[in-house]
Amino acid sequence: MVALVGILDLARFQFAMTTIFHFFFVPMSIGLAVVVALMETLYVIKKDETYKKMTQFWGKIFLLSFAVGVVTGIIQEFQFGMNWSEYSRYVGDIFGAPLAIEALVAFFAESTFIGLWSFTWDRFKPAIHLIFIWVVAFASSISALWILAANSFMQNPVGYAIDNHMGRAELKSFGALLTNKQLWIEFPHVLVGTFVTGGFIVAGMAAFKLLKLKKGDKQIDFFRKSINVALVVALVGVGGALITGDQHAFELQSMQPMKYAAMEGVDTTLDASKRTDKAQPWSLISVTNPATHRVIAKIEIPYALSILGNHSLTGGKTTGTTELEKQFEKKYGKTTDGIKNYYVPENTLFYSFRVMAMGAGLLGLVAVVALWFNRKKSNLILSQRWFLWIMGVMTFFPFVVNTAGWLVTELGRFPWVVYGLMTIADAVSPNVSAASLLISNIVYFLTFAALGGVMIWLSRRVLHAGPDAEEEAEASPRDPYEHLSGSEVEA
Amino acid sequence: MSFLQILWFILIAVLWSGFLFLEGYDFGVGMQFAFNARNQKDRQALYEAIGPNWDANEVWLLTAGGATFAAFPYWYASLFSGFYLLLFIVLMALIYRGVSFEFREHMPTIQGTQLWERLIALSSFIAPFFLGMIFTAMVSGMPMDAKGNISAGFFDYVTPFTLVGGVAVALMSYVHGLNYTRLRIDGDLRVRALTQLKVLYPLLLAGEALFAVLLFFYTDFLQTKTLWTLLILVAIVVTTLLGWYLAIAKTKEGVPFVLSGLTLVEVVVLLFVGMFPRVMVAADPLHSLKIINASSSPYTLKVMTIVVLTALPITLAYQIWSFWVFRKRIVADKVVE
Repeated sequence: MVALVGILDLARFQFAMTTIFHFFFVPMSIGLAVVVALMETLYVIKKDETYKKMTQFWGKIFLLSFAVGVVTGIIQEFQFGMNWSEYSRYVGDIFGAPLAIEALVAFFAESTFIGLWSFTWDRFKPAIHLIFIWVVAFASSISALWILAANSFMQNPVGYAIDNHMGRAELKSFGALLTNKQLWIEFPHVLVGTFVTGGFIVAGMAAFKLLKLKKGDKQIDFFRKSINVALVVALVGVGGALITGDQHAFELQSMQPMKYAAMEGVDTTLDASKRTDKAQPWSLISVTNPATHRVIAKIEIPYALSILGNHSLTGGKTTGTTELEKQFEKKYGKTTDGIKNYYVPENTLFYSFRVMAMGAGLLGLVAVVALWFNRKKSNLILSQRWFLWIMGVMTFFPFVVNTAGWLVTELGRFPWVVYGLMTIADAVSPNVSAASLLISNIVYFLTFAALGGVMIWLSRRVLHAGPDAEEEAEASPRDPYEHLSGSEVEA
Repeated sequence: MSFLQILWFILIAVLWSGFLFLEGYDFGVGMQFAFNARNQKDRQALYEAIGPNWDANEVWLLTAGGATFAAFPYWYASLFSGFYLLLFIVLMALIYRGVSFEFREHMPTIQGTQLWERLIALSSFIAPFFLGMIFTAMVSGMPMDAKGNISAGFFDYVTPFTLVGGVAVALMSYVHGLNYTRLRIDGDLRVRALTQLKVLYPLLLAGEALFAVLLFFYTDFLQTKTLWTLLILVAIVVTTLLGWYLAIAKTKEGVPFVLSGLTLVEVVVLLFVGMFPRVMVAADPLHSLKIINASSSPYTLKVMTIVVLTALPITLAYQIWSFWVFRKRIVADKVVE
């Protein structure tokens, strides 16, 4: 049993690590695909070479992120079988389908058209070439739809029945899987999140560059225009994220009340009708003792939770975690294998949720101010250097926000791997040794650190070289390899 | 066994075949970064020959994995957990290989570029070698319990048979890659590819003979399906011989490329025919995982069949179109970085 706990922890750590690292690059590449596609669209419409240059320049960052996203994605598809074989056996009948379809309808289109896009700038008319990048953007969004269809089943299982003879869950309605309520709040939320990510990476990198450029440099116009395109995308994203996020939280009250209660730091049931102000207060700060699952300190804002959770100034009821625990124990039994109770990590959920929601608000604010500072008639974007610094730092912020969002989603289904159906402890591969898991964890960790480091370093180099790097290289007669002939450079 | 179960067994063989036929040549081209290229122009030419397509080629592997998950979850669970460390090595190779193609372009120095290019060469060997080991170990009877959980030791994974299997798949990929170079690149690379093939074809034939002998000792293929196994083994040898003859004696380029891809497909056919009606061969025959009880429910198989029959033709159409777009020969001397 001790050994099994070790395996479980290692497998969970690996899932968290590989998924978080992979999801750095997924929203980055989807978002950048959209931004870059928009830039190329502007080029085709306006026939302005600046936009072509813009497409190609930011396209380099996009291709870098895509490469890391693709290779870390292979792990995701394989690790269900490698680390979670019991899970794969139990729900493979349902869960495998969206994964296979994702590869078949999205990955093929994505990878084929990205090849066409990056190698055929001189071969196709601009309007045709433009189609390629839009196919990439569309296909990568569709890949998100399928993988989230799979995740939504884990969050809110639908369209299945248990086959006792086979001892597994079986798909009964493919339509139900695709119309899962969870999917249609999760997918739009993730999609707009990618817009925010892609937008802020371009805008933030451009801000860093503007800090370096001397007055009158012709690149200034290039990067200011880039900021405008990027932040329009980001702002659409922030708006969408707030709307879909609000809807998401609202639906959680009935779908996953434990997650919701922990997100809002409600330990004992909060019933507005029993309070003098007839409203639920919202905790700005809350600390839960992880041993007793009781809130030991909090700062509250009156009425706010009624507004957020009930969409009205007063009313509503939030069942507390302690009461939900009793309900779950009654419904699912006292304990499940290896796990003592149905509580979720309250503090992590509470603060991750706030980082995500407030982070989105902050990004929205920065985007609005930046677009105002950057309008044609104004030079504020250049004179207010402190603000360029803030924008630059914001390059990294969407990654924090995205990760916080996934922590809420995934930790909030604890102890379930499939909500109400199968626990995480029951899902792990029984035959994979702790040594194997330890080795793979260490190597993954080192690899990710290296890839992340190289990725940032190369992105900085691309930015440093600037959009005219290629032209200058082509204009110069020097062939970089000319002095190396024949076997001199035998590798 | 139902019709759909057999169809999906065949479809998964088709996906693995597509993967090895396509990614096989770009593994082979990847290895040439070390064994055929002499300078940076050569390496750039090799990259441009596979640059637009290698990623899509790799999606065949993802689709094969996904389809196994969807159609045979018990097979997927048993195979992927049972070959944990071997698959992990394949994953690492694919990770470093994939980023290397992208990273090499942005390096400030030639030494930096060459670092990633060495990784391309190394990982392009490791991936097919370990996949070959997995394929051969999968059919040679692993210690497995009744649920399909493999509990094997080092010497179950590493046997003369699996080592030869690994070398065979890697070598076939390399030969396939050389044929691809001859077809797609002009200049010294093309000439040297032919020189190397002259040595490698006989070596490959010897390897195939050794593989056939070991197949007899390590699997039950020749005992249970004598005729089929012999037929496919002969087909592999004949395909190689024909490729050898056409490539060297007739200096043809297109047909030998198709033939070297075909040998990889024939290996998949050999393994799948030999396994049938099993999907995992256990040391204890009673524990072998069979198509009939490893598959998804009839409903899931039906849904997946409809999806695949709709999506696969479209996918094939644009992939073939993409190959047609990039049909022009690359001249190494004209490559500009």
